[in-house]
Amino acid sequence: MSILIDKNTRVLVQGITGREASAFTMSMLEYGTPVLAGVTPGKGGHKVYDVPVFNTVKQAVEMYPEINTVITSVPPFVAMDAVMESVDAGIPLINVFTERIPRLDACRLVEYCRLHEVRLVGPNSLGMCAPGKAKLGAIGGPSVEFQKAYIPGNVAILSRSGGMMTETASLLALNGIGISIAINIGGDPIIGSTFIELLPLLAKDDETELIVLFCEPGTSSEEQMAAWVQKTGFPKPIIAFVTGRFVDTMPGMRFGHAAVIVEGNTGSAEGKIQTMRGAGIHIAETHEQIAQLAKKLLKR
Amino acid sequence: MKLYEYEGKRIFKGVGIEIPKGLLISSPAQARKFAGELGGPVILKAQVLASGRGKVGGVRLAETPVEAEQTSEEILKMNIKGYDVENLLVEEALDIQKEIYISMTYEEKTKGRLILVSASGGVDINEVAEKTPEKLKRISLGSWMGLQTFQARELAFYLGLSGKQNSALQSILLKLWKVFEFYDASLVEVNPLIITRGGRVVVADSHIEIDNDALLRQKERLAKSEIFDRVDNTRLPTSFEEEAAAIDKSDYRGVAGRVVDFPGNLGLLIGAGGGSLTIFDAILRNGGNPANYCEVGGNPPVSKVYRLCKLILQKPGVKGLAVITNVFSNSRVDFLARGMIKAMLELDIDPQNYPILFRSAGAYEEDAYAILRKYGVKYLGRDTTLDEASKYAVNMLGKK
Repeated sequence: MSILIDKNTRVLVQGITGREASAFTMSMLEYGTPVLAGVTPGKGGHKVYDVPVFNTVKQAVEMYPEINTVITSVPPFVAMDAVMESVDAGIPLINVFTERIPRLDACRLVEYCRLHEVRLVGPNSLGMCAPGKAKLGAIGGPSVEFQKAYIPGNVAILSRSGGMMTETASLLALNGIGISIAINIGGDPIIGSTFIELLPLLAKDDETELIVLFCEPGTSSEEQMAAWVQKTGFPKPIIAFVTGRFVDTMPGMRFGHAAVIVEGNTGSAEGKIQTMRGAGIHIAETHEQIAQLAKKLLKR
Repeated sequence: MKLYEYEGKRIFKGVGIEIPKGLLISSPAQARKFAGELGGPVILKAQVLASGRGKVGGVRLAETPVEAEQTSEEILKMNIKGYDVENLLVEEALDIQKEIYISMTYEEKTKGRLILVSASGGVDINEVAEKTPEKLKRISLGSWMGLQTFQARELAFYLGLSGKQNSALQSILLKLWKVFEFYDASLVEVNPLIITRGGRVVVADSHIEIDNDALLRQKERLAKSEIFDRVDNTRLPTSFEEEAAAIDKSDYRGVAGRVVDFPGNLGLLIGAGGGSLTIFDAILRNGGNPANYCEVGGNPPVSKVYRLCKLILQKPGVKGLAVITNVFSNSRVDFLARGMIKAMLELDIDPQNYPILFRSAGAYEEDAYAILRKYGVKYLGRDTTLDEASKYAVNMLGKK
């Protein structure tokens, strides 16, 4: 059993008739992850790659009660409403792909999920995958490409970048190392599951021996996580790579994701590296060093 | 999007918050005339989007109308942190008894909102936070239930106010909160709110930032206060950056254009979000001399890649091109290759003899590699790490 998704994952896609959503729906079906239904209000009765489209989440869940996972890929101003609809339909795991959701709406949907004890990944996530079991989103591209980057194994990746999650998996694959689960937690400053909220699940996951974190400047999520790892004596080795060191020299400028902005001394790449190193986390100085550290820590 | 002080105050006035008597002017003569009408000393405040204007002489006192004219002439000639001063706010000088700091913002740590007040207003609040944090009071607030009356009351008493001033402050806090929420602000900051010797409670400053991702739904509301969209950055964009942004805006499909100008000779077409950061770091670490930063991702069409690539190749000083991306999930590698080749052919650049480093992989990589082979361009795939590819790109042109 991997965390969050596995062979029992049954998916509903909110906004399935959109350009990106229909493309990743095809990618998931091709990989063998069951997408049972989609929702686009007003398009009920249509089909997208043979997946039936419903007007509401409740209608879809009545027809397919086994749905246990929702991907939300709708326009930014209606994302909060869409997430609340899925929560109210009793969905336990929601992965929000929508980017550029207004800050207030993002906070509200995060709080709504927390109040209802729903696991939220994102917003601004590209998805996640458990190689050989399931994937959410277009992660890794078409199956033939996916299988080059992601081979089943015992390393978990938590990444603030979707693209670099696949690059990291690909680097490990070239070194014969496989993945238990890879999760793109999202590039926004306010997200449902940060590192600190996913690590406890990985601590208990017997398929995961080692954790790789792909970190970016901005926010305090790495610092909070490092303090927690040190305090609780986290039982598994963790490798962290922090990208965007040059951003430290250009405070106030936004690069990459919305969350990548260094203000004052908070959120700097250098600060994160020091704090994590102090907590016993293994720091990869360059991206390719992740592979060398992983080999060493897995004793290969 | 940052609002000018006078724009923020217009919004405050609209919800019934007392602000100083004032006028926005753009000529010294106007300053003199208005100062005469007010009768008494005035404050002249440069209207720029940069913070810290007071420290560089952008906020000054004038005792008489003649002095107001002279001083405003000086301020109107200033350039404050890259911004030419075009307008001044002329305001009555208040008789200060007490200065209070107030701010409302989002807090990533609690995934909610925050109100912060201090009785040590009127000074740099970061210094207060650093040296005397006990002089700041903060309340974390959820994102559904905002500031409540009892909390406004707690804060008013914390600030040591009594009687009418206490209730006036409570009312102001609740109104400011309403502005913060109603306008999708990411920040509402007042430094200072002034309590005068005569007992008035006046919001003497305004620093509002509207969440960029909410601008579309705030457009009409802001227009009612005569506030319109503008470019917002800590420094003004260069023409190269502006042209790139125009390319990105011209087509909603994918990202190809968030570009930052650098003075070097190595043109970069890099992606995606996290990949760009990693590659740029690696280029610098290896002693490279980049001409730009950029992000390409989300599957941009050939037309966008081509236009951006053309812009980069034409940038003065560019002697070579590095096209490096992480392994793509949803972007097509062949679009990247096609766009690049098209730009070169159109500029009469022979792809075979121009310094190019191409490293990308993912969807349609075989098609991309076939195109590159056809034009004699060497390429690298996923088995070359981003670090190695960046090093090769730097070596191709030589180090700094």
